Amino acid sequence: MWYYVKKLQYPANVSRTDLGMAKFLYAQYGGPDSELSAAVRYLTQRYTMPIPQAKATLTDIGTEELAHWEIIGTLIYKLTDGATPEQMRRAGLGDHFTQHDNALYPHDAAGVPWTAAYIQATGDPITDLYENMAAEQKARTTYEHLISLTDDPGVIATLSFLRQREVVHFQRFGETLMLVREYMNKKHVF
Amino acid sequence: MYSKDMVDLLKEIMAVDFVVYELALFLNTHPMDRRALEDHNNFARRSQELRAMYEKKYGPLTLGSVSEFPYQYINNPWPWEIRY
Repeated sequence: MWYYVKKLQYPANVSRTDLGMAKFLYAQYGGPDSELSAAVRYLTQRYTMPIPQAKATLTDIGTEELAHWEIIGTLIYKLTDGATPEQMRRAGLGDHFTQHDNALYPHDAAGVPWTAAYIQATGDPITDLYENMAAEQKARTTYEHLISLTDDPGVIATLSFLRQREVVHFQRFGETLMLVREYMNKKHVF
Repeated sequence: MYSKDMVDLLKEIMAVDFVVYELALFLNTHPMDRRALEDHNNFARRSQELRAMYEKKYGPLTLGSVSEFPYQYINNPWPWEIRY
């Protein structure tokens, strides 16, 4: 189970309202390589991981992804706080405003709603761990694109933190893959 | 609504908790690393101290924290409303 702790993992600040940047950040709130996809992917795959190191790694990284989802939500909330319908419309968020007002909603930067089709859980721990390593790289690339789209120092600092976490998670999944492979080889499951 | 002192202490907890989390992820795949475990335990103890200090002054961080009357957990600020 989980307990909510009333704190963010990283102090996410913004300097000013920026609706265009909020729209782009939706990529990481409800897009294919979003923090939401990452959390659901790892927390779903963990049940069929064969060794304790892998169960722990997927549980804890999946949990951290939920904290990252909250950080992206905080950035979007702060960047859109107080925006008028006209401002939302001019920034390309008129479609969003029609259906959601200033509420957040898990869709991507183009407004496509989140779907479980973005993730996989195959029951093969090697396959799943490769998917996770690819997912971390895709998210890292997305963060690099997002960083190049803003000059807000608070947003850049926060996205740089999240980008770095993708690198660390890739490393941890790589180690987990090696441990799972060792375990499978010892079991002679051929 | 909230003071700079509150935000500073909260940010210190956030930083210490990040170290705990990072070391925990490392220990998941390196459970035999004694030095990493010592670091983890030291920062985990520091986190407990800081959280107790924060909660005494500013109210509960979790729903399982002991609260004064009336129930304090619901009070502002929530993490997405704070200017850090």
